[in-house]
Amino acid sequence: MYNTSKDILALIGSSNKSIADIAIENEMELFNMTRQEILDKLAQRYDIMYSACHDGLEKAIISISGLTGGTGKQMWDYIKAGKTIGDTTALKGVAYALSCSEVNSSMGLIIAAPTAGACGILPGALIAVAEKRNASQEEILLALACAAAVGQVITKNATVSGAEGGCQAECGSAASMAAAAITQLCGGTPEQAFDAAAIAMQNVMGLVCDPVAGLVEMPCTKRNASGVTNALLCADMVLAGIPSKIPFDEVVEAMYKVGKALPTTLRETALGGVAITPTGLAMKEKLFGKGGGCQGNCAACGGCD
Amino acid sequence: MNISIFDILGPVMIGPSSSHTAGAQRIGKAMHMICGGEEVAWVKFYLHGSFSHTLSGHGTDRALVAGLMGMDASDARIKTSLEIAKEKGMEIEFEPADLGDVHPNTVKVAAKTKSGREYTMIGSSVGGGEVEIVEIDGIPAKVSGKFPAIIITHEDRLGVIGRITSTLAENKINIVTVRHSREKKGGTATTMIETDQPIPQEVKETLEGPEYIQHVVTIAKFA
Repeated sequence: MYNTSKDILALIGSSNKSIADIAIENEMELFNMTRQEILDKLAQRYDIMYSACHDGLEKAIISISGLTGGTGKQMWDYIKAGKTIGDTTALKGVAYALSCSEVNSSMGLIIAAPTAGACGILPGALIAVAEKRNASQEEILLALACAAAVGQVITKNATVSGAEGGCQAECGSAASMAAAAITQLCGGTPEQAFDAAAIAMQNVMGLVCDPVAGLVEMPCTKRNASGVTNALLCADMVLAGIPSKIPFDEVVEAMYKVGKALPTTLRETALGGVAITPTGLAMKEKLFGKGGGCQGNCAACGGCD
Repeated sequence: MNISIFDILGPVMIGPSSSHTAGAQRIGKAMHMICGGEEVAWVKFYLHGSFSHTLSGHGTDRALVAGLMGMDASDARIKTSLEIAKEKGMEIEFEPADLGDVHPNTVKVAAKTKSGREYTMIGSSVGGGEVEIVEIDGIPAKVSGKFPAIIITHEDRLGVIGRITSTLAENKINIVTVRHSREKKGGTATTMIETDQPIPQEVKETLEGPEYIQHVVTIAKFA
């Protein structure tokens, strides 16, 4: 059993175990499963992630609202044209994340990681890096287990709910999980993996949840793309030897406090941020009519106060 | 607090929102269990906080109804659940409401089954698809759906908890958590137990037997 990154590092001690090993041992004990059963279940989830990251590359996937879609294909076409400014590993990860996020907003099948709104970040980053490194299936599954351990620590000590902690709790957590997973996959130490997670969260501390018309589309899809580059950046930083000066557990606590301090309008209620820009409001009105989505009874909600 | 790695990398679900789609489906599924799996003739959802703001945009309405009909989070029919419910003749109402000091994503469900039984339940979607049922038929609860659960309302008198737990033990049902409270001395008390094994109908009936037991609800694992 562990609650914090400090606990996990203590369980690793001077052994050669990884964060993933500790997460799997814990899972075996708590849920009476064998290592192989856990790896098989991870593989099933990875298959669904992989499909969602690819379904929107060759064909444009449009959201149920009809407001967004097709960006995964646009990015994929752009990469194929060979004129990208940025490194193609990162941009492939971005294309995968956009695809996954679009499958989600079209009511398709995805794996929440840790949430549906942030579902593209971990698989997008992981698949792109695994391809570049020619990683084995087992290395990929262990990277997922490492990511899950990071998510467990955040869930136990803070929140991954946008309604409770804002986007930092969703896309921030996903980027932290992805950063640790990639660091482990690329040979970083457990300390470096948690440092990468800590930096990724610090980079988006305070990020608000402000979905236009209350939909998991704008700005969510693009924040999934940005979460991929955040994760890759942090993994590269720690592998370059740059540590997080603030330990992961303290960053998680800080994120929770910041989340609690955010007004309700900036926590998934669609009553603040880009959701209430003139363009955002116009899109909401187009979809739901005047007063759109909100069905009155303001006193009961209090979201606008 | 035990959280599985598959709670973090999951649920396997139809999008777009873990809190507002998958969590809503699980709350609906819990109500499906409370109704004893029976088809519902009429249902009203009282939506609190961000649930009321993002209702149709996140498929919350479809997911709640899909769960109420017993569908899982990965069931592609969630997308058309409102139409399916209409075909079955289910009457559905949604209304924004203030449920007091509860999680921002909370819904109260009131339903009447085809045989005329009425039930109410309050559930919160606490993030990443995880849910907590906080009230059943007006009685405070704490059910996550990760384990089968049994909620017993009874007279506050000597030895009732002992009787309940020995009935479970005799039937080889191991207890995970127990919560107990009473409104006042000698009044109505509630004992809520999560178990490792599912609770069969005959065990439920045995528990219902004594005159000091008022009501027994069993909820199968749903998360």
